[in-house]
Amino acid sequence: MDFIANFPLFTIIFSLFSGVLCFLLKGKAAKRYTFVYEILLICMVAAVLCYTLQNGGEFTYSMGEFSAPWGNEIRAGVLEGVIALLFMVVMFCSISAGHRFIDTDIDESKINLYYAELNLMTAALMSLVWTNDIFSGYVFVEILTLTSCGILIVRELGRTTLAAVRYMILNLLGSGLFLLGVVLLYTMTGHLLMVPMQETIAELVKDPGVYPTMTMAVGILTIGLSIKSGLFPFHYWMPDTYGWATPASASILSSLVSKAYIFLLFKIYYRAIGISVFEQMPIRNILLVLGICGIIAGSVSAIRANNINRMVAFSSAAQIGYIYMGIGLGGVVGYSAAMFHIIVHAITKSQLFLTTPCLAEVSGDSLLFRELQGSGRRNRDAGVFFTISALSMIGIPVFAGFSSKLQFGLAALGQGDIKLILVMLALAVSSMLNAVYFIRTVIRIYTEDPRKSERTRHRPDYIIPMLVLTACNLFLGLFSWVTVDLIRTGLSMFG
Amino acid sequence: MKEWFTRWLEGDIELLENVSDAAEIPDSPREELKKQRKEFRRQIYEKADMDTVTRTGEKGFMFLYRTVAVVSCVLLIGVLLFTVAHIPRYGEENPYTLEVVERYIEHGVEETGAVNIVAAMILDYRAFDTLGESHVLFTALVLVMILLKLDKKTIRGSDLDSYYTVKQDTYFDVSGDSIIRLVGTVLVPCIILFGIYVLLNGQNGPGGGFSGGAIMGAALIMFATAFGFDRVDRVFSAKVLSLACFIGLTFYCFAKGYVFFTGANGIDNHIPKGIPGAILSGGLILPLDIAVGLVVACTMYGFYSLFKRGNIGGA
Repeated sequence: MDFIANFPLFTIIFSLFSGVLCFLLKGKAAKRYTFVYEILLICMVAAVLCYTLQNGGEFTYSMGEFSAPWGNEIRAGVLEGVIALLFMVVMFCSISAGHRFIDTDIDESKINLYYAELNLMTAALMSLVWTNDIFSGYVFVEILTLTSCGILIVRELGRTTLAAVRYMILNLLGSGLFLLGVVLLYTMTGHLLMVPMQETIAELVKDPGVYPTMTMAVGILTIGLSIKSGLFPFHYWMPDTYGWATPASASILSSLVSKAYIFLLFKIYYRAIGISVFEQMPIRNILLVLGICGIIAGSVSAIRANNINRMVAFSSAAQIGYIYMGIGLGGVVGYSAAMFHIIVHAITKSQLFLTTPCLAEVSGDSLLFRELQGSGRRNRDAGVFFTISALSMIGIPVFAGFSSKLQFGLAALGQGDIKLILVMLALAVSSMLNAVYFIRTVIRIYTEDPRKSERTRHRPDYIIPMLVLTACNLFLGLFSWVTVDLIRTGLSMFG
Repeated sequence: MKEWFTRWLEGDIELLENVSDAAEIPDSPREELKKQRKEFRRQIYEKADMDTVTRTGEKGFMFLYRTVAVVSCVLLIGVLLFTVAHIPRYGEENPYTLEVVERYIEHGVEETGAVNIVAAMILDYRAFDTLGESHVLFTALVLVMILLKLDKKTIRGSDLDSYYTVKQDTYFDVSGDSIIRLVGTVLVPCIILFGIYVLLNGQNGPGGGFSGGAIMGAALIMFATAFGFDRVDRVFSAKVLSLACFIGLTFYCFAKGYVFFTGANGIDNHIPKGIPGAILSGGLILPLDIAVGLVVACTMYGFYSLFKRGNIGGA
């Protein structure tokens, strides 16, 4: 086995170790260490992706001397590589662009704890991406749940405490349901690893009597993970959670944590249940309908918001709806559209959450729209970056959001009449609604305002990650086929 | 009232400000103190409820909310009962369910060297899950520290040292009580010994790191209750606690990382299995149990200390 094949293991082990190490270090040292470590992680994940592309697209890695059905296992494929690379790049950009706010928002004595939680979260994200075992998935979902509450609550405002309590309750409910689903599946199949489980299920479903129980198990598991990722009607924790966390946390929570749950769910559908079995269950149609409801409800709430962060957070609810809609549409085109949208949304939303605090900073630290007037002129860099990602969210050509909407449209074309009409209508209406609130904000931040301030100069640790995110955005918009091809290659070997 | 709640949301004032002030009056009789606390608590509930009531709207909404909650609970119960009734009976109708279990029971002892199959399963066959699980505990400790450790932001204004001395909860402090001290003197060593026994015998019988660590943590808590935190802080300060966590988890991480690495690459890992039943058996299970035990004991004591006084002490 080549040495690079060990890298997925290293990303998990070293991240866990870094979490424990940051607990011991002082705040500044922990920050520097995390910074360097994240760069190392990006290199490792990129190496894994290149390795899988060159060597047949996938490999499994048994954790210990006991092989597949008896011991744990992780798997690295093209799709996992792409998602892991995305997660690490966005994580790095969020930390780099947001560390200035972390220093001011968080008490000095707790900064090292913040970075400890971030590193543990990295380990959990990596494990959820690589795992080939649904119980390992559950264990790292637990870590992800706790750390996501930790990076939210650390700001110590009354609002974050309230939001974190709400987030925690819903998250624990989700974890509980997920565990219940895992237990039911284990009782029926006797396996926890995904591949043997899928083989057993393929045997079991030859008897059609097993479908109701199987659907229940998968349904409970789906409800659990969709509560955690914020699918309609469980999206009301989002605005408080994302709106009041420190910017780096908001960016990480919205673009990585909820995506990791969706990716795990997708992996379970594809690898543990078997996609042909899953497609015969009604769950797919329910996801499609809820996804569409989420798109509309999220957009309408975003229009009514009077606070820019809450608006962006509600828009997240809509975007999660898109992803579930893609899964609900089904077929390789639908799934690849969903995966592509995970990437697009992670990149765009993190950029939005990292620019809004800079706009608020030059407007008397207020996130309200009336205070934000003219903030794009006072802080030009943040204004430009905000506009780019807002245009991408609406779906203007050249930017990434357009390509993903195109993918959803293509996926809908392969469907029956009702689904086609529903999805096309949802796409049209939601693009319009998106335009209403994003264009309104862009106009607002560029409207002439008597308040003047000196030109804010950002340091390169803010500008460079923002440029990286913008470049990714444009790349996904102009050369979407590269990524879509990668995702489809990954999907073809996924099952 | 509503303004009060909004101010709390914005972080201007502290919700429990008045309650912790109550503990400051050392001389007032217990009954009066109790009454004061009750009054403060009532005020807080009143203030906090104001906003939720105005936000969620009228009685009609609450009625609908409760009805939907009850209906969905009943529905979920029905669905789960239906599902449980239709699961294939264990090991009878479905031959596939037993494949993994059989291997663990039949070959567990020879493959891992541990008589206790559960320990073999969680620390050897499926060690990756347990690696995550022990870090869940550590994550929880970090989270509780973030939430409860007193800092300049939570105290607002007054300096840390005087806060610790004045506002420590003296009402429930029983460390001067001679009965508790005597019982503590007798019991604490026994409990610690029992904890060590459970910890070291995880590979041979019921027990292991998690349960042994929990027992030892309980002993530490009992010691702190009986003799006060000052005594514990002398040996078991925040520094020692974080070092113990660090050593335990780092050892766990890299020992298991080494096993995963050698196992996946097909290299011999040179870890002796030992004779099943002896205390030095089961390969890495014993050292891992000790590491997990350390972490669990530290976490339990850390939780107690943080909840009781907002600090781990010694720092």
